Amino acid sequence: MAVEAAGRPRKTGGASPIQSLLWRRPWLRISLLLLPPLGWFVLIYLASLALLLVTAFWQINSFTTQIEQVWNLDNFRIILLDPTYRLIIGRTIAMAAAVTVTDALIAFPFAYYMARVASRRTQTLLFAAVLLPLWASYIARVYSWILILNHSGVLNWSLQSIGLPPANIGYTYVAMWIVFSYIWLPFMIIPTYAAMERVPESLMEAAADLGARRARAVRDVVLPLALPGVVAGSIFTFSLTLGDYITPILVGGAGSTFIGNVVYSNVGIANNVPFAAALATVPVAIMALYLIGAKRLGAFEAL
Amino acid sequence: MEGFLTKLALRTWAVLILLFLFIPIILILVYAFNSSNIESWPLPGLSTKWFAATWDDPEIRAALELSLRAGLTATGLALVLGSCAAFAVQRMTFFGRDVVSLLFVLPLALPGIVTGMALNSFFHFNGITLSIWTIVVGHTTFCIVVVYNNVLARLRRTQGSLIEAAMDLGANGFQTFRDITLPLIATAVVAGAMLAFALSFDEVIVTTLVAGAQNTLPLWIFGAVRLGQRLPEVNVVVSFVILVTIVPVAIAARLTGGSGVVRTQAER
Repeated sequence: MAVEAAGRPRKTGGASPIQSLLWRRPWLRISLLLLPPLGWFVLIYLASLALLLVTAFWQINSFTTQIEQVWNLDNFRIILLDPTYRLIIGRTIAMAAAVTVTDALIAFPFAYYMARVASRRTQTLLFAAVLLPLWASYIARVYSWILILNHSGVLNWSLQSIGLPPANIGYTYVAMWIVFSYIWLPFMIIPTYAAMERVPESLMEAAADLGARRARAVRDVVLPLALPGVVAGSIFTFSLTLGDYITPILVGGAGSTFIGNVVYSNVGIANNVPFAAALATVPVAIMALYLIGAKRLGAFEAL
Repeated sequence: MEGFLTKLALRTWAVLILLFLFIPIILILVYAFNSSNIESWPLPGLSTKWFAATWDDPEIRAALELSLRAGLTATGLALVLGSCAAFAVQRMTFFGRDVVSLLFVLPLALPGIVTGMALNSFFHFNGITLSIWTIVVGHTTFCIVVVYNNVLARLRRTQGSLIEAAMDLGANGFQTFRDITLPLIATAVVAGAMLAFALSFDEVIVTTLVAGAQNTLPLWIFGAVRLGQRLPEVNVVVSFVILVTIVPVAIAARLTGGSGVVRTQAER
């Protein structure tokens, strides 16, 4: 990029003085190339994150609703001590955990089939089939579940046609749990599959030679070796659920407020940006702890 | 090897999960042809009338136009910035490369609400009015990593000797770039651009916080679904968004042999 910016092509060939300079001083070339993207990130993104952190320690004047740059810990005190916010944080973490466990349980046998039973061709097809929904619009996939779960939707119709009573789970925690598990499932399948595929078949044969049945070999050989993949997947399912507020708004019922919803409403309607900023640090802190734990389990090598 | 029953159970499980993954998507495409304006199953009849109604709707058209303009601009910016970064770090030491990579992946790795919230307060603090440009800034920020990853992966697989050979034969920097480097990385760049556009075109969480009064297409869907209004048009728009995001990804997957698409997702 910097290289071609150095000058028009010359018919004589060879390098211009500027090009030679850049060639002889690689650090200069690297700096020129890195300056625009790094500048963008530092000046806009890192500055935003820093500002967010700083704002969390400010407050708003309750009369003028203007931000007052007075340093204090009031926002964090409210978040940690007010039972309402503790409930919301607890609820969000519980949902993220439930979704993560569900996805791990669904993904493990599926990934096992993909990696160790299916033929090479089926493997490729399944891989594409898992990736495709991931890229099909997020909001579209949330919306599809409204159509399925609503009172006169596909689910109740299917239940009735096999003679079961309707399950009115639209706009409940159950609906949110299903939708979250659905949306993030591919994020769990892919790393789990990748980890399992790396387990050499010879290890399984060795286990069999030593007298282990297949189930035992899966438990004692595949499971520990695939665990970093599952943990890697759980980083995504957990983090994505933690920061989401669209799904709770669209498929959750009344009172299904998540951390993200409180942040969102404090930016918009309530216009208390310092409080929203303080609350937004909560998922970041939780994820930081989660990542430290995941690193200990070797999840980063499985990414 | 697995016993017959185990295999059968695993295969059944795989089929069930595939149905779980695809039925909702197929269902939406079917609902777009609903002849009624009531969203109940089974559909009373099939019709294409909502397609015309949706196409003629000025509000939806404006949203589509904003989505396209913001998406294309963000993709263009991400293309330049992401490629620059990939060229810079390709020969860097492990530590330097890791720091840059980590930095770029942050907007996707942190919960979306954090990135959106941070950018929102940044714009307010600096007195910048929310507009299409704030959307572009937000989208570019999380699209850079997609281009960066794809181009970097290709550069690292490209042999440096080809470039040295061109130089030895008297090509200057620009000629080498145009005739050797660019053809080698072209498909990776295109794939990165496709993925960046797909990512931008369907983003909601960051967009709600950096968009002003105007709606992008996903924001329009979000608003309509939230209020439970205009659902027949929502069905059509949602089907359209699914196609617009899946087609570029399918192309990108072909161009990179699948690897680019996975890499991106693993870091989302």
